[in-house]
Amino acid sequence: MTTIFGVPMQALFGQLLLGLINGSFYAILSLGLAIIFGLLNIINFAHGALYMMGAFVAWMLLTYVGLGYWWALGLAPLVVGAFGIVLERVLIARLYKLDHLYGLLLTFGLALIIQGLFRNQYGVSGLPYAIPTELSGGQRLPFMFLPNYRAWVVVASLTVCIATWLVIEKTKLGAYLRAATENPTLVQAFGVNVPLFLTLTYGFGVALAGFAGVLAAPIYSVNPNMGADIIIVVFAVVVIGGMGSIIGSVITGFTLGLVEGLTKVFYPEASATVIFVIMVLVLLVKPAGLFGRTA
Amino acid sequence: MKTVTPAAATGALLTVRGLEGWYGESHVLHGIDIDVRTGEVITLLGRNGAGKTTTLRAIIGILGKRAGSIVYDGVETIRMASRNIARLGIGYVPEERGIFASLTVHENLMLPPRVKPGGMSVAEIHTLFPNLKERAGSQGTKLSGGEQQMLAIGRILRTGAKLILLDEPTEGLAPVIVQQIGRTIQQLKAQGYTIILVEQNFRFAQTLADRHFVIEQGRVVDMIPNAELDANIDKLHAYLGV
Repeated sequence: MTTIFGVPMQALFGQLLLGLINGSFYAILSLGLAIIFGLLNIINFAHGALYMMGAFVAWMLLTYVGLGYWWALGLAPLVVGAFGIVLERVLIARLYKLDHLYGLLLTFGLALIIQGLFRNQYGVSGLPYAIPTELSGGQRLPFMFLPNYRAWVVVASLTVCIATWLVIEKTKLGAYLRAATENPTLVQAFGVNVPLFLTLTYGFGVALAGFAGVLAAPIYSVNPNMGADIIIVVFAVVVIGGMGSIIGSVITGFTLGLVEGLTKVFYPEASATVIFVIMVLVLLVKPAGLFGRTA
Repeated sequence: MKTVTPAAATGALLTVRGLEGWYGESHVLHGIDIDVRTGEVITLLGRNGAGKTTTLRAIIGILGKRAGSIVYDGVETIRMASRNIARLGIGYVPEERGIFASLTVHENLMLPPRVKPGGMSVAEIHTLFPNLKERAGSQGTKLSGGEQQMLAIGRILRTGAKLILLDEPTEGLAPVIVQQIGRTIQQLKAQGYTIILVEQNFRFAQTLADRHFVIEQGRVVDMIPNAELDANIDKLHAYLGV
């Protein structure tokens, strides 16, 4: 069998793919966090819970309404986004004039409540969600077996990230968003309804989390704790990429997923901590993050 | 004591009466009274910290807390959000210019939404400030200070705002740029724009303004018509401490 540095090719590519899948989730989730933090100055700790909610909405649509995966991929982000809009209007909007810490505490509390409600209702053993038939099976590549669904997750995630980036960087809407991130008072003084922008941005950011949740449902089991497990890593990704940097969060998300995968091959003992070690190193050398702008 | 004309009776485009303003806990404006007639250029003169910039911020509605009365074109704005005040047709050019680093020059120019019909076209703005056309694709904050000032003024002219609040447009700029800004303000005045200009340099202000309001410790302490400026030069020197 072919080996690289004494590691079988099969294992190497298998772990790289797994890393890329994890990276896809890191990227979408940290992208949402970065957009929300950039404009609202809110460290959205509820992000993981809303990702979990996206997966549950997909499961509920299938179980109670009979709507399958493709419906869920469109509807679940809308449901989660609408839920986020209510949260923003009713609760988060009251905190903008206060320190970051209050937003963090509020959203952390919300995460606990949302997770608790789902745990109460559905337990913690996890609910199965089948891969849609169109994407079952896989491709036998020369060096590995590539499951179709996993390839789809990477493609879908990349597409959503790039589309979001294009909207932010290349459109008028994105120009408002960037300007309001820099100086909301002045944008408001030009006659732009900035509070509406904040609400829609929060809704969009958490809709991304809901979308990631649907993508994740067939890979991981649908579990109330799935958000809490991933969100800590995602926050490390955001810190490494630089709080509020859009493209930085996407690149860092995919890269760190791959780094994690490689670590599993070459030094499995460190695979759970490698991202945090990188975070510490980055904070020591570039406190604003790799792509962050120092204010 | 001077008698104060009620806001509705002055026939002015903008009437400010008894305007009070706060930055957090500190009370900065203590009853500002100003009238501006359509097509007029007025200046707010005064020492640093007298409340000139704060007055502009209060008019556009971005001061934390304000009280009194600000009537623009017959509409009381003291309780309105700044975005709605801007939509009445008031354009704000802040002292720090407010050019966005994450936007190109062109994006900066196109950012403020049109609030009234009759704003300048991009071509007209480029004729007024040719540098903005040449550097349309550059990052906004890569422009020189003078170019940033032109961009800050240019983007307001696009919106159709009829009253323009200009906060120290010449601050820190080379004399040749100051002259260009001065010519621009004269052109705008000739086109019927109404302008409130905050200015430290009253020699510059003198070439443009119809009337000068002197502000001291958050109050208007004097109003000097431009024609009488030279006759009042000693008094003005005393106000400004120059």
